[in-house]
Amino acid sequence: MFEYCTDPQELEGLTWLSCYLTTGVHFLFYWAFGKVLLLLAIAAPSALAFGFLGAMAARSLIAPLRWFGKAYISVVRGVPDVAFFLFFVIALDQFFEWTRHQVKCPDWDQPIRQGNDFLVCPAAKLPLNTAPEWQHETYGFLLAVLTFAIVFGAFAANVIFGAMKAVPRAQMETAEAYGMTRRQSFWRVMVPQMWVYALPGLSNTWMVLIKATPLLFLLGIEDIVYWARELGERRTARFSDYPHEDWRMWYFLALLIFYLGFTLLSETVLRRLQLRLSRGQATAAGEAQRKTAK
Amino acid sequence: MSCYETIADYAFRSLGFGERLLPRSDFTLCQHFVLIGSGLIWNIYFGTVALLTGFILAITMALGKASTQPWLRWPAEGFILLFRGTPFFIQCFFAYFVFLSLKGSYAFFDSFTAAWLGAVIVLFLNTAAYSGEIFYGALRSIPKGDIEAADAYGLHGWKRFRRITFPTMMRLGWPAYTNEAIFLFHTTTLVFFSGFPARQQAGDALYYASYFADKTFNPFVPYPILAFYFILLTLCIIGVYSLIGRRLNRHLPQETRAKFRFRPQLIR
Repeated sequence: MFEYCTDPQELEGLTWLSCYLTTGVHFLFYWAFGKVLLLLAIAAPSALAFGFLGAMAARSLIAPLRWFGKAYISVVRGVPDVAFFLFFVIALDQFFEWTRHQVKCPDWDQPIRQGNDFLVCPAAKLPLNTAPEWQHETYGFLLAVLTFAIVFGAFAANVIFGAMKAVPRAQMETAEAYGMTRRQSFWRVMVPQMWVYALPGLSNTWMVLIKATPLLFLLGIEDIVYWARELGERRTARFSDYPHEDWRMWYFLALLIFYLGFTLLSETVLRRLQLRLSRGQATAAGEAQRKTAK
Repeated sequence: MSCYETIADYAFRSLGFGERLLPRSDFTLCQHFVLIGSGLIWNIYFGTVALLTGFILAITMALGKASTQPWLRWPAEGFILLFRGTPFFIQCFFAYFVFLSLKGSYAFFDSFTAAWLGAVIVLFLNTAAYSGEIFYGALRSIPKGDIEAADAYGLHGWKRFRRITFPTMMRLGWPAYTNEAIFLFHTTTLVFFSGFPARQQAGDALYYASYFADKTFNPFVPYPILAFYFILLTLCIIGVYSLIGRRLNRHLPQETRAKFRFRPQLIR
């Protein structure tokens, strides 16, 4: 990166470190932090959407839809979540390939599960065997995002379902007294008011989501954990311009600091958001704000 | 091979007894059940040891955090923040590599890189931080009247703590602590995926479940079996904890007892 980095053997101290930390592989490591943030940026809204749909389904008037919603909410309970991650990432992949197989190769006569193999016709492979490397990586990443969205969607659904029930009954009755239909009172009265009740639970979910991001490693993504392990390994002068001892401990210390900082930052932001959302609400926090404002 | 033979061969495979080689092909349902169940021994071991030892440190941390002395409060606050603010997965990796480099210098740390000790230490610190926070919250919500009544009876210091503060803290914090115990057991499944090696393929329940899923490329059999075992385990924990909870609440009328509510908090 820097001009003085042409001959690392000559360097010492901070200049050596500045060169070491700006090698090409280190930029892959930094890019992996971007991947974590990207995962959060996509997975959090989609989990929220899944959660909202799940909660709507759970309070639906149509029985099968309600059962589905309730089952979805309670499916994450009682079982270690890591198992869900490992399960969904294979199951989703097989589901997509199986669906494409049914559409693209209707006259394929061999069974898909042959002993220990899962075989679909070549045209149904996802991504195709001929696809470039980046498509494989993107597909893997999207599968991971979808897995996160499904698992955390169930958790968000639980929170939102509770929040919808927490909206004061009198508010809904007033809406009915004004002659609003069920749909109108849902969208105009319940949904705007439920967020303040949902926020503590959703903040908790967000914190848990942050702390779940290293599990990307288990889903086969080259994430920060992967690179911390790779880069920290002992290098000898024969194989590397920058020989060093086993530094994995320091790399993981850096990850610990990253996550701690991220958690603290989120806590501050969420506390402000809670204050903002409590404004004008019929809750203790809203009442306290009203009194101080006077 | 009958199911009895499989049980004889693999029931204690996770501890290193019985057949050395894992099945490689033609997996039967019985093998799934026996091996995953065998791995569960590890989860129970990790969870139980960490809970029992972590409990004492958790009480210390809760009292430290509630202390008025800054030199007691800050370390406790820092400890709780550090372990609650970072992922368990990364803590495990970090601890493993710290132990690995210590092992290079001192022979004393030889067994710390093995899961039975190293991972238990991380789990112990982790659960101490989470339950410390729970007990701190419980300590803060002890009714003012209880403390005033103790003062009126002339109880103070250690006696007041033992007779009034501690039992009330336990009673109020118990429902949340039950949840913590359940999720500690769930967290133990991460251990063998986070640096700590499974020597001679002796791993926990999830280790064997993912072994089967990798070999058969069929996630629909091993993971539901794992789920089944963990639901059983969860029910057992709830059973034991509600017995203790009932004892803690035995002097109270039914309605005023703090009730256990299952609140999943997923990964830590």
